Amino acid sequence: MVTQTRLSTDHGSDGPVLAVSGLSKRYGSVVALDGVDVAVAPGELVGLLGPNGAGKSTLVKIACGLVRPTAGAVAVCGAPAGSPAARRSLGYLAELFRFPGWCTASEVLALHQRLAGSVGEEAERRELLALVGLAEAAGRQVAGMSKGMQQRLGIAQALIGEPRLLLLDEPTSALDPAGRRDVRAMLEQVRDRGIAVLLNSHLLGEVEQVCDRVLILSHGKVAAAGRPEELTQPAGVEVQTGAGAKRFPDARREDVPQIVAALVRDGVDIYEVTVIRSTLEDAYLRVVDGE
Amino acid sequence: MSRVLIVARYALQESIRRRVFAIVLVLSLLFLALFTAAAVEASNAASPFGSGRGLIDAREVTAVTLIGLGMFSSLFLATVLAVFLTLGAVRGDAEQGLLQPLVVRPLRRRELLLGRFVAALAVCSTYVVALYGVVLLIVHQAGGQWPDHVVGPALALAGALTVLIALSLLGSVFLSATANGIAMFMLYGAGLVSGLLASIGAVLNAPTVQTIAHDLAVALPFEGLYQAGLHALGSNQNGLTGALVNLGPLGASHAGGTALELWAAAYVAVVAILATRRFARMDL
Repeated sequence: MVTQTRLSTDHGSDGPVLAVSGLSKRYGSVVALDGVDVAVAPGELVGLLGPNGAGKSTLVKIACGLVRPTAGAVAVCGAPAGSPAARRSLGYLAELFRFPGWCTASEVLALHQRLAGSVGEEAERRELLALVGLAEAAGRQVAGMSKGMQQRLGIAQALIGEPRLLLLDEPTSALDPAGRRDVRAMLEQVRDRGIAVLLNSHLLGEVEQVCDRVLILSHGKVAAAGRPEELTQPAGVEVQTGAGAKRFPDARREDVPQIVAALVRDGVDIYEVTVIRSTLEDAYLRVVDGE
Repeated sequence: MSRVLIVARYALQESIRRRVFAIVLVLSLLFLALFTAAAVEASNAASPFGSGRGLIDAREVTAVTLIGLGMFSSLFLATVLAVFLTLGAVRGDAEQGLLQPLVVRPLRRRELLLGRFVAALAVCSTYVVALYGVVLLIVHQAGGQWPDHVVGPALALAGALTVLIALSLLGSVFLSATANGIAMFMLYGAGLVSGLLASIGAVLNAPTVQTIAHDLAVALPFEGLYQAGLHALGSNQNGLTGALVNLGPLGASHAGGTALELWAAAYVAVVAILATRRFARMDL
């Protein structure tokens, strides 16, 4: 079920910060990506969803130059993916990453500042550590950090040098609910700064809450794409009455006054009316199971 | 600071913070203590032969053999250090997830390899030359002898390590850290065998054995350079003294030369090209 294979590339004069066109990747006989087109606008937060093996991480790795495409083109801020110019424009947090255990949080960031050519120095390190909630851990060695703290440090590292595009591969997989909430808030701050984000995550609720658009990959192809509210569907109206819940599965928001009026006419006590929409999880399962 | 130097500094910092150098220092001191005891004993035992006016200058043979032992041990310890500094530089670090955050920065992959090479070479060549220098001082203090050439063998040791570090980095592109470590020590062992074969071939005057040894030394030029360094230690000795020095287990029958040095340089260049090309095309 392919509802949309090409996202809009009309993002004003700035152009997309990430432009993927006809991208394919094969590992031997395995097709990881098969003709994928994606565009991410400046300041846009795009969620990348899909089952394991759908090609999400491969797409992100090609965008940051870790993996070479078999066919197609990828540009980051107009520069070919993998080129030094493209890499200067992006920040990346890998799904499976490690920082050297002997380094302190501040030393990790300092190393990446030097490699990225950032001139932010101590002030940038302090700001980023504060942004991810590690202000008090600047001098702590990575070896002594929990996985969640290391993941926060990874996000701070990805933000070194004020990138225009942030590629995050499962950035909250090691975080507790409070940590995930913090990352959501951080992503919104990042978006407010005009930084585009491609967020690869299995946490559908998280994606639904923060992303402007969602891209669902399946078997290496874009199986669905759109705004979260475009991917979800009306799922009826539920009315809490004195005699329990009454469900009107085919009803829409516009039908609510008539439903309420009819129930009142029949002498039913009404306590609550809810217009129900399917969740992104429902949409995701519909797309993935329908393949 | 250039990105090569940033990577080199990072690699050096890692070695210091992970106490690699502290362990190397302790082991080196242990080796030097044992070597000092052996040098004093051997020099005393050689003294009664002593004048140097006979057919065999026992003090000279003892001194050169001891220095040969010191060179062998210095190269072995430095090789261990070099291999451990580089064995996981690419695939090993990539498997652990350490490499990916670095190479997505505007850092060319060849710069990363070169940075690791520079760091390992700076550490290991300094170490091997320093250890060799201490060995010379110990032997001189114990028996009053200096080798015929001092600088040449030191440069030969540094050259041998250059080849070994290049090979280890090449291996790290293709192999996991463990596999690369095993491969490197097997190559090092093959080099030793080539040296022993050369000595045996010379003693027995067996051309086929000598040819095999020569071909092995060409294929593994770190051994050729090491043998050239050993040969230079006693290259001015003639007669029976010279024969004993050169044909002993810690001697070498073949001198080095410009051809060997050029071959070793070309070898390192080819290894570097292979490693950078492969790494540049590698999916991480």
